[in-house]
Amino acid sequence: MSDTTVREKVIAILAEQAMLEPSDVTMDSSPEDLGIDSLGLVESIFAIEEAFDISIPFNANEPDQSDFDISSVATIVAGIKTLIAEQADA
Amino acid sequence: MKRVVITGAGTINALGRNVDQTLAAMREGRCGISELEFRDVERLSIRIGGQVKGYNPETAFNRQQLALYDRFTQFALLSAREAVAQSGLTFHGELADCSGVVLGTSGGGLTTQDDNYRSVYEEGKNRVHPFVVPKLMNNAAASHVSMEMNLRGPTFTVATACASSNHAMGMAFQMVRSGMCSVMLTGGSESMLCFGGVKAWEGLRVMSKDGCRPFSANRNGMVQGEGAGVFVFEEYEHAKARGAEILCEVAGFAMTSDASDIVMPSKQGAARAISGALRDAGMAREEVGYINAHGTGTAANDKTECAAVADALGPQSDRVMISSTKAMHGHCIGGTGAVELLACIMALREGVIAPTINHEEPDAECALDVVPNEAREAEVSAVLSNAFAFGGLNAVLALRRA
Repeated sequence: MSDTTVREKVIAILAEQAMLEPSDVTMDSSPEDLGIDSLGLVESIFAIEEAFDISIPFNANEPDQSDFDISSVATIVAGIKTLIAEQADA
Repeated sequence: MKRVVITGAGTINALGRNVDQTLAAMREGRCGISELEFRDVERLSIRIGGQVKGYNPETAFNRQQLALYDRFTQFALLSAREAVAQSGLTFHGELADCSGVVLGTSGGGLTTQDDNYRSVYEEGKNRVHPFVVPKLMNNAAASHVSMEMNLRGPTFTVATACASSNHAMGMAFQMVRSGMCSVMLTGGSESMLCFGGVKAWEGLRVMSKDGCRPFSANRNGMVQGEGAGVFVFEEYEHAKARGAEILCEVAGFAMTSDASDIVMPSKQGAARAISGALRDAGMAREEVGYINAHGTGTAANDKTECAAVADALGPQSDRVMISSTKAMHGHCIGGTGAVELLACIMALREGVIAPTINHEEPDAECALDVVPNEAREAEVSAVLSNAFAFGGLNAVLALRRA
């Protein structure tokens, strides 16, 4: 899967969750910037898992301590690429 | 208004098969959480829970009964038998007509649903056992308790997720206090520890993989338990006239709705329920010596609950002891308030405060006396029991020493 495809899919998922246009979602936006609350975040992560057929280690009790960095769209995209690579090997 | 007292208690949960075993475990600060054992557990990412292990239902129930009793009904019946035996009551005639059952549950016969959905969807069977519906319905436990004990008055089930038991006991309290009923069997029962039950919880990403650590800075979520607690709520004069042993008095109850979010708790909603229970009981804040916390071990609940207690109790919050026994028996969901009421009774009767075990690191956002790790001896004359449910529904009971 190309980098552009991953990025576009993630932006589409987050934009839908935030009820924004994909063009309003930039790579440095945080979920909070987009108006995505904790429940919305859990739902977005589920949608990402379904879209890429990966399993994301995320616990809502300690979102900052997860290996999966959700601080911005860019870090989410990077995390997904790592997981796709790792979980393809598994 | 009548006074309401508790004259019998019964339970089964991960800490014990009865009240004595459970209280012994609470005194010792023993943890009942272990590796889950059931079909397909290897497909779960959460594999620990407060499961009742080594339990053989055939020693308590016959084959015909087991065809009708889901595990949550079995737990309720075992607890009711223990509670009624302790109370010394038998129900017939007029007493039977004005006594009833109110039990809490969230999932009802979830294990029965899980087994039968698996059978028709996964295994492709086109026929299910004829008793699937009466076995899985949420009121099955309350109905079977009423049948076994011959309780012919008001009987129903309350389902408010994690506050179900407290709402149920609050209803029973009000029914006895108002004079509507002489005796009510009340509490709650839950058994969601099956593949579908845990899988659903897993989805919300609030479960811990390694343990329940309420109020500890390193807490990382809740751990599910299972079990039941059933109590005999009796009108005080009725209990006194027959010379019954009184375990404690139920003094007040309040319930509120946050009216804000389906899962995030609200400090205001919880604080209003705590203050409301005190008001209903005519209890001064200074009287409250112990609070059995909702204390789920999630980031959100524990800090919100501590802030709510500080708001509602004011300066007394610096003196009150507050503990969460969920670290020991897990979160028994719709049965949890009932299992936890046992810790309140122990505090009032025995002067022993159950600890919050697994407390490893103080959290500045939970800066109350959480009775970390070891039980404590203390004289208390009044206690509260908190339950705050998903859906923003809060229910708090106030109890006094007999």
